[in-house]
Amino acid sequence: MKRFFSSALMRGLFWQFIGTLVGAGLVTAIRAAMGLSVTDKFFFTEPAWVLGAFFGVLFFMVGTGVTSDWIKWARGIDPPEHHEERFQGWEKYVNISLDHKVIGVQYAITSLALICIGGLFALIFRTELAQSQLQFLTTDLSLFGQNGPQLYNTLMSLHGMIMIVSILLGIASAMNYVIPLMLGAQDMSFPRLNAFSFWIAVPAAILLLMSLVLGGFDTGWTGYPPLSARAPVGMQMFFLGVFTAGWSSILGALNIIVTVVRMRAKGMTAFRMPIFVWAAIATSIISLTATQLIGLSFQMVMFQRLFGMGFFDPGKGGNPILFQHLFWFYSHPAVYVFVLPGLGIISELLPVFVRKPLFGYRWIAMSSMAIALVGFVVWAHHMFTSGMNEYLRVPFMYSTLLVAVPTGVKFFSWIATIWKGKITTPTPMLFVLAGIVAFLMGGLSGPPNATVSVDLHLHDTYMIVGHFHDTIFGGFVFPFFAALYFWFPKATGRRMNETLGKLHFWLMTPAFFVLTLGMMRIGLLGMRRRIVDYDPAMGFDSTHMVLTIAAFLIALAVLIFLYNFFNSIKNGEKAEGNVWNSRSPEWQVPSPMPAHNYDQPFEVVGEPYDYGLAGSKYVEFIKSEKSAHN
Amino acid sequence: MRHFIIVGILVIATAALTYFGLTAVGLMPVEASVQSLAIDWLFNYEIIAISFLFALIVVPLFYSLIVFRRRKGETGEGEYFEGNTPLEIGWTVAPLIVVIAFAYMGTYSLGEVRRVDPNAMEIKVTGFQWNWRFEYPEYGVTSNELHLPVNRQVVLKMESIDVLHSFFVPEFRMKQDVVPGRVTEYRVTPSLIGDYKVRCAEMCGTSHAYMGAPVIVSSAQDFDAWIKLQNAPADPVANGQKIIATNGCLGCHTIDGAKLVGPTWKGLYGKQETLADGSTITVDDAYLAESIVNPTAKIVQGYPPVMPPFNLKDQEIADVIAYLATLK
Repeated sequence: MKRFFSSALMRGLFWQFIGTLVGAGLVTAIRAAMGLSVTDKFFFTEPAWVLGAFFGVLFFMVGTGVTSDWIKWARGIDPPEHHEERFQGWEKYVNISLDHKVIGVQYAITSLALICIGGLFALIFRTELAQSQLQFLTTDLSLFGQNGPQLYNTLMSLHGMIMIVSILLGIASAMNYVIPLMLGAQDMSFPRLNAFSFWIAVPAAILLLMSLVLGGFDTGWTGYPPLSARAPVGMQMFFLGVFTAGWSSILGALNIIVTVVRMRAKGMTAFRMPIFVWAAIATSIISLTATQLIGLSFQMVMFQRLFGMGFFDPGKGGNPILFQHLFWFYSHPAVYVFVLPGLGIISELLPVFVRKPLFGYRWIAMSSMAIALVGFVVWAHHMFTSGMNEYLRVPFMYSTLLVAVPTGVKFFSWIATIWKGKITTPTPMLFVLAGIVAFLMGGLSGPPNATVSVDLHLHDTYMIVGHFHDTIFGGFVFPFFAALYFWFPKATGRRMNETLGKLHFWLMTPAFFVLTLGMMRIGLLGMRRRIVDYDPAMGFDSTHMVLTIAAFLIALAVLIFLYNFFNSIKNGEKAEGNVWNSRSPEWQVPSPMPAHNYDQPFEVVGEPYDYGLAGSKYVEFIKSEKSAHN
Repeated sequence: MRHFIIVGILVIATAALTYFGLTAVGLMPVEASVQSLAIDWLFNYEIIAISFLFALIVVPLFYSLIVFRRRKGETGEGEYFEGNTPLEIGWTVAPLIVVIAFAYMGTYSLGEVRRVDPNAMEIKVTGFQWNWRFEYPEYGVTSNELHLPVNRQVVLKMESIDVLHSFFVPEFRMKQDVVPGRVTEYRVTPSLIGDYKVRCAEMCGTSHAYMGAPVIVSSAQDFDAWIKLQNAPADPVANGQKIIATNGCLGCHTIDGAKLVGPTWKGLYGKQETLADGSTITVDDAYLAESIVNPTAKIVQGYPPVMPPFNLKDQEIADVIAYLATLK
């Protein structure tokens, strides 16, 4: 326990606390000197909280020690090029490590923790929605300076953003863990930057949670002004949390791109890369170039609140709709950031379990790039009812519908991959299949939203909520679980319990489809999104009760998964060989993977997915006296 | 070949069952506007396409899972084929044609929805936290209820005085955001007599869920009768009460003594108040009038200067004050 409290994580949290006090104290002192008010509803004033939060993040990063090598370089001291692991066992994961595999696991654990928090918030407000009228989030309730409906708004908004951050960390975990292994690299291109990208997500998550106790906010995850310009201090913590998490995303994406460009094994030409690498590249291009826009739009509201800069205040010549353009310019492509790696995982795992080549490899690779690029010119379909120039809605309808074409290519290719295979369905494959069906439901419920006139009805209803959850479960949640079950033996040398895995699957999948189809059903009938209460006259009570039960079943399934996950680390069945009989290079060496990956470098000598072609191989290890770690 | 024929038949059967199942359930609320016809027309074709594509993917997926599953004791790999360029081109081009067709139909449907009738009746709509106000400039009527004559196009000119709202009537199939600082337009031709509700569809704060107002579509005669009733002269106190209701004052002020964002009105008239600068003042007609037109001029101690100015006519202000004076 003592070693836990002296870990980098706890050090960082301690320093974040100190940093927050220092920043807030500084502003408070200046305000006192200027004769301004020094305290407010939540002790410090809003500017004090903002600088405090900012200092908290800086102090966290320096306090953990993740920046110490850079500081040494700046002072002219040379730190060693290769860090050897100083910690063993669980301690590796709460301390600074530069090993991409450790960072991948850190990302995964943090992502799972955030999924649990975001899911808990969902269960709370889902329970309130089980019946019309207010049951426990009533106006008499008072918690963290919020009454029931205000707390509902905060929880609903935070559910959105915490889940988004957990998805970003989830895809980062898969990319970080797997990509260097697939490329045959010893690590990522920039290991220190890699550690930095992970660790900055921790104070970001803390800031998001701080918004809950500092009065909350009621805008939904979109943070539209003018409402966000009037919300309590919690709004600022939300903005800063997202701003900070954005750094993780941008720097992580940069690292992935450079690693793929620079560190591929001999013979691994562009069209011989594993398909997941293509998906990661497509995703990283978006993260690297679009994330700035959400940071910018939130920063502008932050400055409107702090300094009275009326960017979005019509009273000062500002324009609230401008915010929506800036916001969606990231936040639409962002959904492709969330789903492309998951679709890559589906394409990566399918051939292994159907024992056949991936059908149309190049088309699937190019469809990821096409989705990423088209994704940049569709943002205004979120704004068909916003009051923007109404003629512009037509070109955005065309561009949005175009997304269906490369997405269709993926589906058809997957079906052709499965066709005439020799299919087995262990747990990872089950999640891959559910991912395909869920993403299909999301994909099919999308085009009606893209056609302007129909969207006038569908926009901001539960139809959208259902559609979105289908795409995200299909594009992220199911593939992420598939990836965890699939690569778990690689990381631990043991496999997860198959019976519990199947129980997890068969509880979660039906419940999930009931949940999203039910959402779409009442959405079409006029159930608006983001409301704490609905008119009993609309007759939605029984459906909402079913949705709430489904949500609890999903939560139960995730609990079973968590038990299985943590229990199997120590007690799982030993699995040190090529458990899935995969051609991918990481499975050609025993599990778990040693610290600096492959003892011998490998060379790509064939196609990645030539299952069923007798005598073919994807990689061959180079026998050499001089290989790196003998 | 046998596999393709079986799957082909199953796809068509599943698509048909899905489509008829979905339409039998009844996906949309009643059609209460001319515009909803053009929207449901397009939506029906979308449901057809969705049913077909759903079957096209799900049927071969489950067929493969059953027919091509690895049986007990079976070894070896699947059939080796790694692609087919004409097939890939085919399933890129065919969907491309389909989506362009849908985009074209979408444009047509949007054109129908936005078709302008030059004789449309104009109604001014104001959204505020957390209610709606409807003004009929033709008749000089203001109300918290939206009364519409059937089969006549109305154009709602909408504005917000605070944050974003959205005007949404599911039976009309349309919504339009209401934005501070600009006027947005909502054109609708109600086609079915009945009582509906407009509900705010854009997150607007604590009571967003409850921001609604009745929408009453009636015959032309009933509509005229309602207008006549609204124009009958009312006594000042009742009129003041109505002005207060239509301007959303009760979002911040109470009449029962409870303290919200602003001071309560109970016993306010004639009371001594301490202002933010420490001076005292008697709440009289002049102070109340000033506090409506220029609220931040004299702020009562302990309250934030957040009330927006209200641009009321002199008679309206007098009526409001007459009403306030009754709140002992």
